[in-house]
Amino acid sequence: MSQDIYAGANDTSEGRVFTVSGQDWDSISQGLADEGMEERVVVNMGPQHPSTHGVLRLILELEGETVTEARCGIGYLHTGIEKNMEYRSWVQGVTFCTRMDYLSPFYNETTYSLGVERLLDIEDEIPEKASVMRVLLMELNRLSSHLVCIATGGMEIGALTVMTIGFRERELVLDLFELITGLRMNHAFIRPGGVAQDLPPGALDEIAGFVALMKKRLPEYAALCNANPIFKARLENVGHLDLEGCLALGMTGPVLRSTGYPWDLRKSEPYCGYEDYDFEVQTWDTMDAYGRFRIRLAEMWESLKIVEQAAARLAKLEGAPVMVSDKKVAWPSQLSIGRDGLGNSLDHIRHIMGESMEGLIHHFKLVTEGFRVPAGQAYVPVESPRGELGAHVVSDGGTRPFRAHFRDPSFTNLQATSVMSEGGMIADVIVAVASIDPVMGGVDR
Amino acid sequence: MSDQGPDQAAVDQSPENTAHLPAEAGQVQAVGARSGMFGVKGTGDTSGYGGLAAPIVFPGATSRPLEGWREDVAAALDTALAGGGLHTALQQVVVHRGEVTFHVRREDLLAVATLLRDDPALRFELCSGVSGVHYPADTGRELHAVYHLLSMTFNRRIRLEVTAPDADPRLPSTVPVYPTNDWHERETFDMFGIVFDGHPALTRILMPDDWPGHPQRKDYPLGGIPVEYKGGTVPPPDQRRSYN
Repeated sequence: MSQDIYAGANDTSEGRVFTVSGQDWDSISQGLADEGMEERVVVNMGPQHPSTHGVLRLILELEGETVTEARCGIGYLHTGIEKNMEYRSWVQGVTFCTRMDYLSPFYNETTYSLGVERLLDIEDEIPEKASVMRVLLMELNRLSSHLVCIATGGMEIGALTVMTIGFRERELVLDLFELITGLRMNHAFIRPGGVAQDLPPGALDEIAGFVALMKKRLPEYAALCNANPIFKARLENVGHLDLEGCLALGMTGPVLRSTGYPWDLRKSEPYCGYEDYDFEVQTWDTMDAYGRFRIRLAEMWESLKIVEQAAARLAKLEGAPVMVSDKKVAWPSQLSIGRDGLGNSLDHIRHIMGESMEGLIHHFKLVTEGFRVPAGQAYVPVESPRGELGAHVVSDGGTRPFRAHFRDPSFTNLQATSVMSEGGMIADVIVAVASIDPVMGGVDR
Repeated sequence: MSDQGPDQAAVDQSPENTAHLPAEAGQVQAVGARSGMFGVKGTGDTSGYGGLAAPIVFPGATSRPLEGWREDVAAALDTALAGGGLHTALQQVVVHRGEVTFHVRREDLLAVATLLRDDPALRFELCSGVSGVHYPADTGRELHAVYHLLSMTFNRRIRLEVTAPDADPRLPSTVPVYPTNDWHERETFDMFGIVFDGHPALTRILMPDDWPGHPQRKDYPLGGIPVEYKGGTVPPPDQRRSYN
């Protein structure tokens, strides 16, 4: 034990203070015995701990190495996105909500856009190409999100190779995002009415190459982990939560499906035309962290299937519109790269500056004021990689969201930390939390 | 209004000054009014739209029978409520854009939630959390709590809406029925100041424990500082001109 220069040994309301610096459990244990106390300690794990999956603070009550009580402290990444969205136009809202769950930005954008579109009553007018591109991006995003989950989950139990190969493949997905949207994260690409931009030339070839490569790479994860005795020993029977527990705690996503219940909003409440794609809902019946890992692995295969189908459909939709035709809602211009950088397309500039005064007025009104959304509220959930993600969108008839609340699956699922880890070993808390796969940006918003 | 010129009556009746939602009297729910058009107040407004006043109206109650499965839910809920002696629990039912909202009296929220979860004809097993909304102009029922319920058995989704006055911001906690609402109610308390009676540990969850005020209420400022860029100054977001 070393002396803490900030807190003296008596600087506490009761008991003695120990500063733990690693490999000193014996001296702490002896020190507790000297004080005539039992081996019950409360440990703050995080918010800056490398194994808590982000800025999550776990407050663990330990007896030896057994966790008797586990609580979560959250809020370290609260950025007030919901409040900020009330001061921006409906289209600008996408730029904010994409930053919530930063590992699945397209899902945040989609659920918000679907809600706004329902209030605008233009759900049936979304062009087919926009919906297919949304599905394509969301399924690529599911791949990258599950890859990070498996990678960081592996890193947290010491399987560093899983981490390196996970991030290697994720990089490929992010390259595709960069090609299609211009950005690796925080895209603001899916917008009320459609998507911001048409597919760039060559994107479908890149996607085909990526799918072919992933079909070679995904078996590496299975070969490395599925029957690995150390991996299985760490994950099996850890983080147990049965179906009743899942429903009571509002768990969705891989955690719910690891109880064997095939609940997937893509099948039960299809959106963006998911009913037209051929894929299976993946389940496992062990209700533990290992089952959730296997579900994520299997879901990546299903996502590849959907990506292939979406790419095949996009090949036939060349030149089709990606935004609603309603000029009162659709962003007036496509972007293009000129000599001075990215900007509005020159055709559009020529139109509004040289040909049409009305076109200029409409452009100005739509860009500065935005469109009005009829008063009401909507909730259109989507199946994000972590479960049910929904935006409760309320409009008072104005040009800005009156309220936008996101039901983030990470926030809801993180409540299960206590039931999953109490009574187990402290090392299993890490595995249990990793199997929930919380993203703190989504938890705290 | 008389000091705004002799033609004011005609201006008030002109099409752009009347409510822009096609709604019949008694069919809408007004929660305040919107005035002007470009967010400019006082003498700075040269737009001519400063006298514009439009009520903010939300979709009103829908007449029964409702559309499709929604009527099945409403009928089953009626039966269950009558069986439990809760005839007055349901204030109104609103169907808008295909989504059904049941407005519930706050005293009966817990009983209604229990029926919705347990009744074999309803079976709303999953609650997707609580979302607070603050309507400062909805006098006497300023604070709304919105619950999205999902029946996995029947694959149906409904919404419950409960209100509380700002002067008495209390709602019964639904944690005994839906334990998942533990954190959601803490968040709604944190952000709106709605006190959920019966919650096991109602503390702040996202904001620091000693934070003053409830940030997502409409009377709580967004804050921010002006940003200078290339000689120009951009005011903070809540002080910029807004197209209300």
